[in-house]
Amino acid sequence: MTRKDWTRGISALWVVAIAACGGGGDAGGAGGAESAGGEDAAAGGDAAPAAAAPAVDPAVAATIAGGVEFAGVHPAMTEIDMSEEPVCLDKYNQGPPTTENAVGMDGRLANVFVYVKEGVSGEYPTPSEPVLLNQEACRYLPHVQGLQVGQTLLIKNSDAVLHNINTQPTANRGFNISQPQAGMESRREFSRPEVMIPVKCDVHGWMSSYVGVVSHPYFSVSDMDGSFSIGSLPPGTYTVEAWHELYGTLSQEVTVGEGETASITFGYSADMANADVPMEEPLVIRHAHAGEHETAVVAGAGR
Amino acid sequence: MASSRVPILLASGLLAVSAFPGAPRAATAQDVQRGKAVYDRWCVECHGAEGRGDGSAADRMLPRPRDFVQARYQVRTTASGELPTDDDLRRLLEAGMPGTAMPAWPNLGQAEREDVIAYIKTFSPFFEDAPPAAMDFGSDPGGGDATLESGREAYRRLECWKCHGDSGRGNGQSAPTLEDWRNLPIRAADLTEPWAFNGGMGVHAVHTRLLTGLDGTPMPAYSDALESEVVTAEELWHLARFVDAMGPGGEPEVSELIAAARSDGDLPGSPDDPVWDAVRPSYVPLVGQVIEAPRQFSPTVDGAWVRAMHDGEELAVLVEWNDPSESPDAGWDEWQAKIAPVLYADGAPVASEAPMPDGLAIQFPPAVPDGMERPYLLMGDARNPVYLWHWDSEGGVTEMRARGLGELEPLDGGWVDGAAAWDDGRWRLMIRRPLSTGDPAVLTFEEGVAIPLGIFAWDGSSAEDAIRGSISSWYFVYLEEPKSAGVYLIPLLAAALTGVLGFAVAARAQRRAEGSLEEAAQTA
Repeated sequence: MTRKDWTRGISALWVVAIAACGGGGDAGGAGGAESAGGEDAAAGGDAAPAAAAPAVDPAVAATIAGGVEFAGVHPAMTEIDMSEEPVCLDKYNQGPPTTENAVGMDGRLANVFVYVKEGVSGEYPTPSEPVLLNQEACRYLPHVQGLQVGQTLLIKNSDAVLHNINTQPTANRGFNISQPQAGMESRREFSRPEVMIPVKCDVHGWMSSYVGVVSHPYFSVSDMDGSFSIGSLPPGTYTVEAWHELYGTLSQEVTVGEGETASITFGYSADMANADVPMEEPLVIRHAHAGEHETAVVAGAGR
Repeated sequence: MASSRVPILLASGLLAVSAFPGAPRAATAQDVQRGKAVYDRWCVECHGAEGRGDGSAADRMLPRPRDFVQARYQVRTTASGELPTDDDLRRLLEAGMPGTAMPAWPNLGQAEREDVIAYIKTFSPFFEDAPPAAMDFGSDPGGGDATLESGREAYRRLECWKCHGDSGRGNGQSAPTLEDWRNLPIRAADLTEPWAFNGGMGVHAVHTRLLTGLDGTPMPAYSDALESEVVTAEELWHLARFVDAMGPGGEPEVSELIAAARSDGDLPGSPDDPVWDAVRPSYVPLVGQVIEAPRQFSPTVDGAWVRAMHDGEELAVLVEWNDPSESPDAGWDEWQAKIAPVLYADGAPVASEAPMPDGLAIQFPPAVPDGMERPYLLMGDARNPVYLWHWDSEGGVTEMRARGLGELEPLDGGWVDGAAAWDDGRWRLMIRRPLSTGDPAVLTFEEGVAIPLGIFAWDGSSAEDAIRGSISSWYFVYLEEPKSAGVYLIPLLAAALTGVLGFAVAARAQRRAEGSLEEAAQTA
């Protein structure tokens, strides 16, 4: 699947809005990850010591923080023709909305999903707080976010028009539901880790969002200034991956000691625009009893 | 919320078997091996050796064959995001998927079907999760046509028209942008042609699709709208009935003969002339032209409704067909750009990337043939050409001669006169021509004989032109002869005679009945 089709991003207007909202609806922000990691992980440790992740003593908890840099010039934004949907268009009072996926301040890249890919073990309890995916002015808010396996994704229509929410995971089951009325809410969970799940609205082809599903709370999304932070980690060595819908993935290993904050930087550049952006694909192994054909095994199940 | 998404916990052993006597035993390795043999023989060409929907025939199809690894199944009785039940898969093998390349499989015995289902499920590990359960669809509250207005209102309020169009012809404002999960272009269903519904036609089938959605396509499930009481269960049934009523009530009958009634009054002057309302349309199915390259396996136009009448001097023909785009149609430029590389990967280039017109041609033999002799269906050949009325949305109607597919040469007779109008996803094209012209290059229409007729259609917004488009087989148009006075008199006499006889029979029966009553009274 080409990522080009998923590359319609978020206008500067809305990125600013997200940045302003911070960790409000978006639990993928640093704040959400920290609180979930700290409190819930500790509670989980008490409840099920055998399988649960080790409780992290706040006194020794570590942080991985850093920035996503961008070399080159962000692509020019183009206007979205929203004339067919005046209900949405009327919500933009500073000119028509623009489509852009690669945004950020000069030299920085926003909407990069950053998560600990390797180094975390044990099971983390599912946060009870849902994560909001809002449809507002015929855009998804936020454009990129993360949540934990089993955590509720609360999908809300804030527009007085029909939206459909067409999720297109591969490791999870993809659903496609309609929300024909403002204020309508739906709830869904994903049962397996998957980075990333595209979300689209077929009624409004420009609407696009990505949801990262991780088995633990150690993830974040870069802000307009490229910054991200993953806190409440047990000290250790981790592989941290950055994912961007247009520029692909970058990965690095980092070791962080007790109470320390490790600083890392991911460097994207404009010439990575045609990168083959990896999406979760089912792994293929020999199937035991079919014998001759290969069959898929859900990726990420052991992560 | 989401009760319908909770799998029914009847997965294990005896309970499931006793609750559903028809439920199968678990598939064994032998079943799977036998299923593989069936699959490799019948399914692999389209669905591919590894079940990824990428068999050798797959790249001509739209939509593409199912990818059993991703396991996004359109036609299910389960909630959106769920796998199909085994019964769902059985129904697909029994009924096929209308409107797609997936046929029914009556040649497979029940055991073979069970085996191939067992095998297909091994392609996706999702089938190792708890088995899915059918949703609760409730029951049709009935109400008949009285509910159509409520259904129409639901169609408007739930914004079905955004994709399907006001009249349901797959021409809504979002239709040109629709893509399936592979990011391939996909057409919004033409709701006026329910016989091509992937999940089958009828109120129940439509209602099921509304609640389950068609996973892998843009069609969402309205399950959450129902649970949120944005729409009531009753309204959803009304909507299903309204959608069902958009079609002609079943698959149209196909008759080889198109009767051109003889009119004593004026022939229709335009495609919208109410005179046409009195003429019964004949349905002519069209299929993609797949004999000669460049081929079209997934054409836009899959049928046309034809009416004809004459007045002894002139023949008038009205052809109506559904095409969501009024090509050249700027709203469908994006669609045109996307569809060519997806469908026409067989090497033959698209003639033009510029917007193209729609087109329709009606072919005849150059002279009324003796007996059943007809030119070669694909626009004749070198020895036996055809005579065509060729219309396109930019150039109007011209007469042509063809000596093979696409081998067109214009005729300068100028005998035809045509007019076309596109409205809400439907073309109406009227063509008139004198029966006899004295021009030996063109057909003379004779009354009282069956004259072969065939149809070609092109959708410019799907980059169809020249020989890439849809074709019909040969049909016949029959110009009725003038009626003699006897034609009118005989039915009247017959009616009168029937009336007299009927009266006599009734009177005798009445006398007998009275007689029996008298006898009964005397006996008492």
